Amino acid sequence: MMGAALGAAGLGALSGCSPTEGASGRAGGGVEGRHWGFVVDVEKFNRVADMDKIRSVCAKAYNIPSIDDPKEEIKWIWEEPFEDSFAEMDEAYLADAVKDSDVPVLCNHCEEPPCVRVCPTQATFKRKDGIVEMDYHRCIGCRFCMAACPYGARSLNFSDPVKHLDHVNPDFPTRTRGVVEKCTLCSDRIDRGEMPLCAEASNGSILFGDLNDPDSDVRRALAQSFSIRRRASLGTGPSVYYVLKGVEEHA
Amino acid sequence: MLEKALHGSKGYYAWIAVLLLAIAVGVGAYANQLMNGLTLTGMSRDVSWGLYIAQFVFLVGVAASGVMVAIPHYLHHYKEYGKIVIIGEFMAVAAVLTAVLFVVVDLGQPMRVLNVILFPTPNSMLFWDMCVLSSYLIVNLVIGWTVLGAEKKGFPPPRWTHVLSIVAIPLAVGIHTVTAFLFSGLAGHDYWLTAIMAARFLASAFAAGPALLIVLCLILKKTAGFDVPRKALDSLAKTVCYAMIANVFFFLLEVFTAFYSNVPGHKAPLEYLFVGLDGHGQLVPFMWVATALAAIGIFLLLVPKFRRNYKTLVPALMAVFFACMIDKGMGLVLGGFVPNTFEQVVEYTPNINEVLVILGVYGIGFLVLTVLCKVAVGVRAKEIAPAHEQGAEGDAAAAACEEPAAS
Repeated sequence: MMGAALGAAGLGALSGCSPTEGASGRAGGGVEGRHWGFVVDVEKFNRVADMDKIRSVCAKAYNIPSIDDPKEEIKWIWEEPFEDSFAEMDEAYLADAVKDSDVPVLCNHCEEPPCVRVCPTQATFKRKDGIVEMDYHRCIGCRFCMAACPYGARSLNFSDPVKHLDHVNPDFPTRTRGVVEKCTLCSDRIDRGEMPLCAEASNGSILFGDLNDPDSDVRRALAQSFSIRRRASLGTGPSVYYVLKGVEEHA
Repeated sequence: MLEKALHGSKGYYAWIAVLLLAIAVGVGAYANQLMNGLTLTGMSRDVSWGLYIAQFVFLVGVAASGVMVAIPHYLHHYKEYGKIVIIGEFMAVAAVLTAVLFVVVDLGQPMRVLNVILFPTPNSMLFWDMCVLSSYLIVNLVIGWTVLGAEKKGFPPPRWTHVLSIVAIPLAVGIHTVTAFLFSGLAGHDYWLTAIMAARFLASAFAAGPALLIVLCLILKKTAGFDVPRKALDSLAKTVCYAMIANVFFFLLEVFTAFYSNVPGHKAPLEYLFVGLDGHGQLVPFMWVATALAAIGIFLLLVPKFRRNYKTLVPALMAVFFACMIDKGMGLVLGGFVPNTFEQVVEYTPNINEVLVILGVYGIGFLVLTVLCKVAVGVRAKEIAPAHEQGAEGDAAAAACEEPAAS
């Protein structure tokens, strides 16, 4: 099973196929019982993180095209104002430190992902460890997932993405026009026992870990601080948390 | 029977030529889209469905023409509809086919469309929509063709067509319900997330489909002597009237819920559509035109004097038809994407290439409708008045299709 998975992944890389392509990927992938997630320390992120650097390491590793037109941009992780990201909170007198802050937004790798529910081909699926993954070779580009995602975390390749790449990382497939893509939570790195790139490049402002493990960094951070998730009331069960403790102290 | 579509008057050939030209332009534009991607449309990561999907949603509604004559005819043995039931079925065939084509041109990777069958996914509403739409298409085509074939030979239609006609009734309810579920099952778009969506779809379809069907029958009657009983058209016009009233009523329920509850997420899309939001209001004039058309259409259809006079009936029906077209073909799909997930307003303007593709797809739809009408009228004309068969029937089919083409 493992060998077959590695073989498929190897062949996939050679022929430009998705590493998650084939039966091994669809069977679930990842380690059962894990639930990978992020905890963003909003105050620390605004103080120490360099979003350009984070986006650039992510883009280089995953061949994310750089498209200027905001209507056709491919976004895996990016910054949005706190007020827009948490628009439904609609707080009248937010502390300036919160109001003026930006937060990193990305695929929330939901426990109940609407994108997986609506996909007519199972091109989007959830791994056993909670990561919501995509098969770029099965996607028909119907964009049902884009309409279903309440986080705007999905992007369509409106045109050939390769034209917008300065340099191609041969270890990860480039996509073709007409398919949807999104953050993979660095599933390939996690499978190799490495940290997701954004967490690694965040100067400690984005924590990564197993939300099922009470001793993990993420769970300890959540136990100590007030945390929120984007649009959790929709029942999606997002796996990206934002803690505001530091902000309160500085406000 | 298809050979009847190969002969016609000069007007018929001219109309076919116009349609073929539109199709050629559309195919060219679509080839361009295939080569360059959906960047040739006005869609964006915020408004990820545009006029293609909006036309699909609207045309599924037009396909209700079949069932609104089939229910009274087959279930209640309302004999007046005997002559028009076949036209309703053929119109449904053309409408569903065109609707499905709009989904195909909307796909980013159309060559992979069979993945929907290769990897059947019952949790996706799109899978169920494919099932009901293809079943409804096949059932209507088989019934229409068989009944017409029997009529040509002078036999009563086989009994199984009657059974199949009854099967078509839940399928017709199915196509509107499942198409509504594509939208009403999505959390995060408050304009769509409403239990009344499927009911709105049914009401709107039961108005728009029969409205177009009456107009089509009147043109066939005028130009080809296609025999349509006055009583049948009046009954069908009443159906249009009550369905449109229900449609408007359901919409007003949405307005009440949104504005009395004062929930911002529910108010925002309605504000965007009718008064504009954050300085964006591209659709505002269209929505008010639709409102006026709905009011005029309902008024004219409610008053028996106007409903029974073809001079006021036709404008009333066209008003209802275009009101539904704007409501479902623009407001519903585009309005649902505003504001986006970050509560920002991003607008959508169709690209010229996209408009040409739409033209081509409608060209295919009208070609199918023309051919089916020509066959139906041809068979009937022979039956009624063999002497005038040639010229009259051709003009009829041509004119029949010219009217909706004005849209």
